[in-house]
Amino acid sequence: MRRSWQGGRGPCRERKRSRVITFDDVTKRYPDGTVAVDHLSLEAPTGEITVFVGPSGCGKTTSLRMINRMIDASEGKILLDGEPVQGIDPPTLRRGIGYVIQQAGLFPHRKIVDNIATVPYLLGWDKKKARTRAMELLERVGLDPVMGERYPFQLSGGQQQRVGVARALAADPPVLLMDEPFSAVDPIVRTSLQDELLRLQSELNKTIVFVTHDIDEAIKLGDRVAVLRVGGKLAQLAAPKTLLSEPADDFVREFLGHDRGIRRLQFISTEGLRLRTDLTVPEGFSGPTDEPWLLVVTPDDRPVGWISRERPDEVEQYGTFVLGRDSMRSALDAALLSPSGCAVAVDEAGKVVGAATREALDEALAEAADG
Amino acid sequence: MASGALVATLLSPVSDGPPTLWEWLGRNWDTGRVDSIKNLLVDHLIMSLVPIFAALVVALPLGLASVRWRWLYQPTAGVFNVIYALPSLPVFMLLIQFSGLSKTTVIVPLTFYGCAVLIPSVVDGLGSVPDHVRQSAVAMGFTPLRRLLQVELPIAVPVVLAGMRVVAVSSISLVSVGALIGQGGLGMLFTRAYQNPFVPPALVGIVLIVLLALVADGLLVLAQRLLTPWVRARRAT
Ligand SMILES: Nc1ncnc2c1ncn2[C@@H]1O[C@H](COP(=O)(O)OP(=O)(O)O)[C@@H](O)[C@H]1O
Ligand SMILES: [Mg+2]
Repeated sequence: MRRSWQGGRGPCRERKRSRVITFDDVTKRYPDGTVAVDHLSLEAPTGEITVFVGPSGCGKTTSLRMINRMIDASEGKILLDGEPVQGIDPPTLRRGIGYVIQQAGLFPHRKIVDNIATVPYLLGWDKKKARTRAMELLERVGLDPVMGERYPFQLSGGQQQRVGVARALAADPPVLLMDEPFSAVDPIVRTSLQDELLRLQSELNKTIVFVTHDIDEAIKLGDRVAVLRVGGKLAQLAAPKTLLSEPADDFVREFLGHDRGIRRLQFISTEGLRLRTDLTVPEGFSGPTDEPWLLVVTPDDRPVGWISRERPDEVEQYGTFVLGRDSMRSALDAALLSPSGCAVAVDEAGKVVGAATREALDEALAEAADG
Repeated sequence: MASGALVATLLSPVSDGPPTLWEWLGRNWDTGRVDSIKNLLVDHLIMSLVPIFAALVVALPLGLASVRWRWLYQPTAGVFNVIYALPSLPVFMLLIQFSGLSKTTVIVPLTFYGCAVLIPSVVDGLGSVPDHVRQSAVAMGFTPLRRLLQVELPIAVPVVLAGMRVVAVSSISLVSVGALIGQGGLGMLFTRAYQNPFVPPALVGIVLIVLLALVADGLLVLAQRLLTPWVRARRAT
């Protein structure tokens, strides 16, 4: 789903494809002898989010900064689409790579619109076009256009971070590097920034390398997650689902935490879930039944609530999940919300398609644990 | 000088007694002679403004170099502080060997004094650039020169201008010391008042020097407002 500005206008026309980033046996040794990254080999594939996660000091920032040559590798090679970055003039390289950091790093003396237009200015776009582009991006990251004329300190931390993302995207670089961009904002804002990033990424398909120390964030955002251990060694590189089900060693297992099993639920699909369609009844139903719980629905199949055999006039709470789209985590959540212990499965339009009973949920979990 | 006598001089009626301050100022403002008050004012302006800007021109590269090569800072600041500490008279004696009893002999030490204040201002100003801002400028693809001109120096402006205000006021005041060698600008009025005990010249000198200092300071505050709207906006919120 590409938006129009990516298509055929201005410098966007020369837009490069997303690129693959390759670490080929890369080591970074600082002058004081610290080995920050130790023989790292991995690939950050085109159009995907690769997350570097690990405890503080494990070399995440160092690894990231070697990609845009803010730090040069001591040994080994980093390649962009097969071309060693060491051979590219740093300012030129960097103008083609978006970069977002924790404190946003906005220029305090420039208005928001000019902050966003930084790289277009550096690339020599004319001022008007650069500003127009900046205003587009401002809206794109969910900010009010009036913010464009403000200075950074007049924005909240979360808003500054959005500007940071907009600035990184301004010249439409194929690669985006993000160093703990959402760590300094409160949890609610963080969640919305993460959702926003996923939404943008579904439209833009950039090659993103995202650094975090937060395993939940890594699992939520990553197409692939690289777990690093202190000393700069790669402990495991896998899709989040695989990471949770098959941690490579004790370090990874410990880093994933004790609720690893619960987190796995979000990767188990509700698609094959066995549903009961014989539990739905219309409003005002009062007939005899053998079922302990029945689901009342409106004439157009919207859920109303559960009624029990014992007290058929009291409508009880229900929880829903979208069949096939939501994970088992949502299904279990929906089941726990209701005294019936059953989860209501709905389609994308919100119409009831059936009910997942405890037995059905149990079966699905047992199956997932085996597979 | 007793304050009673001062007030009396100011208030004494126009008569055949000693002239009042304003009469005296009017009579001596533009006599066509080199020591008319107008000419002294112009001299004073030249001898104070040149060092302010000369100091900026010298302090900027030295400050930048001190940031780039950290080890340079202490020796550089040290040299200028020592010069600052030297008493004016021997400094003039030394300089007279080269530039005689000219304005240059006043301008040169004042420039050094200005540097003693401005070099640390430039260094502190650049130090006031937050590290994450500098890092993100690097990451966006600024070349070092462009980063300096478009990011670091603009952010250093408020601190440097604060230093400029100190330099401006002290230069304007210190020029009068040049009276020691007959180049004191408005300071010459003090020698005149002292030589034939008479209050108005001294008073006119003080008032004009203070006014000059206030105007210079006001202009710098104005410059600060125009150059750094982002600092003013910060105060407003
Ligand atoms: N400029 C430097 N000089 C020496 N050691 C450094 C430097 N920068 C980072 N390190 C060290 O390298 C290791 C990795 O640092 P970093 O990449 O910042 O880790 P992370 O981002 O994962 O917290 C740490 O032990 C850190 O102390
Ligand atoms: Mg870090």
